[in-house]
Amino acid sequence: MKNAVAGTLESGDILINIGPGEGLQVELQSSVAAQFGRQIKAVITETLEGLGIQDARVEAIDKGALDCTIRARVTAAAVRATGKDVWKD
Amino acid sequence: MMFVPGNNPGMMADAHIYGPDSIMLDLEDSVTMAEKDAARLLVYNALKTIDYGTTEMVVRINPLNTPYGKKDVEAVVKAGVDVIRMPKTETAEEVRELEAEILKVETEIGRVGETQIMAAIESALGVVNAYAIATASKRMMGIALGAEDYSANLKTNRTPGGAELLLAREQIVVAARAAGIACFDTVYSNLDDMETFRKEVELIKTLGFDGKSIINPRQIEVVNSVFTPTEKEITKARAIVAAIKEAQAKGSGVIAVNGKMVDRPVVLRAERTIALAVAAGFIDKEEVL
Repeated sequence: MKNAVAGTLESGDILINIGPGEGLQVELQSSVAAQFGRQIKAVITETLEGLGIQDARVEAIDKGALDCTIRARVTAAAVRATGKDVWKD
Repeated sequence: MMFVPGNNPGMMADAHIYGPDSIMLDLEDSVTMAEKDAARLLVYNALKTIDYGTTEMVVRINPLNTPYGKKDVEAVVKAGVDVIRMPKTETAEEVRELEAEILKVETEIGRVGETQIMAAIESALGVVNAYAIATASKRMMGIALGAEDYSANLKTNRTPGGAELLLAREQIVVAARAAGIACFDTVYSNLDDMETFRKEVELIKTLGFDGKSIINPRQIEVVNSVFTPTEKEITKARAIVAAIKEAQAKGSGVIAVNGKMVDRPVVLRAERTIALAVAAGFIDKEEVL
């Protein structure tokens, strides 16, 4: 796995920075971290586990993203980091 | 039909709140090459998760001859999109190629025949082949004009009056009607000139289009106000339909309403007015049955 980024800092989005790590470590910055931090981290972790990724360090900057946006951005970052596409050729 | 960039999650989440008839999430021109993968994932997850209610969901994919087109088809069919909008369509063969791709994915997920196709016609060749494109597949629900690429291809510019688009617009309406499918006009991108926009919507309604593509929620009200029949038109249409029903019961095909002859074309127009009034929520569907 190499370092990769997906997403933006626009409202309703989330910026995901992923790189090599041991276990799944998620660092989150969000204006709604107190209310939704646990949920956002859970979506990030579940998405990575669903892609078969057990070891990665993730820095996430959330701008009020929906769960489906978090899943999309984490998947895009993971695909870019691993080179394994979820859509077959 | 409101265009929404496929890599903007904020807009994608809010688009249906403004009440467009359909939303077109774009994976093509509004998404840079570097973001094609991320936008595809975003559109896939949005379609799978967000409840867009009765809003028809369309996704504009990248052309199949690019590295992105087939992956776009796989993603959006798996996500259960209503309609795939095919950009820059020039031949019936291209439509059949898309149809084969859709069928491949639908067969894999056991959802055969659910995905419809809309073809955007954006070149001189596409306009010449409009009827062949419109009849190329049973999945074809409509054809649409893409005027920016078309006017560039014609080696001209877009003008407020739209003289450069007249033949293409008429050809697309005629092809769609001959094929029995819908037709949609191009976008108008100057949001500061609502007056010219309104004139353009009035023009394309007169030409016979079923609707207009828009790029901003502010344009919805103008399109709806032009396309929604007035109370007077609805009352007249209902009188015509009621009179013809009565005449048919008596075995007569031609009647007069308010001193004017009413025959089949007049009845068809009246029925379309009522259908638009029902679509706009002015008349209850049960009421007209």
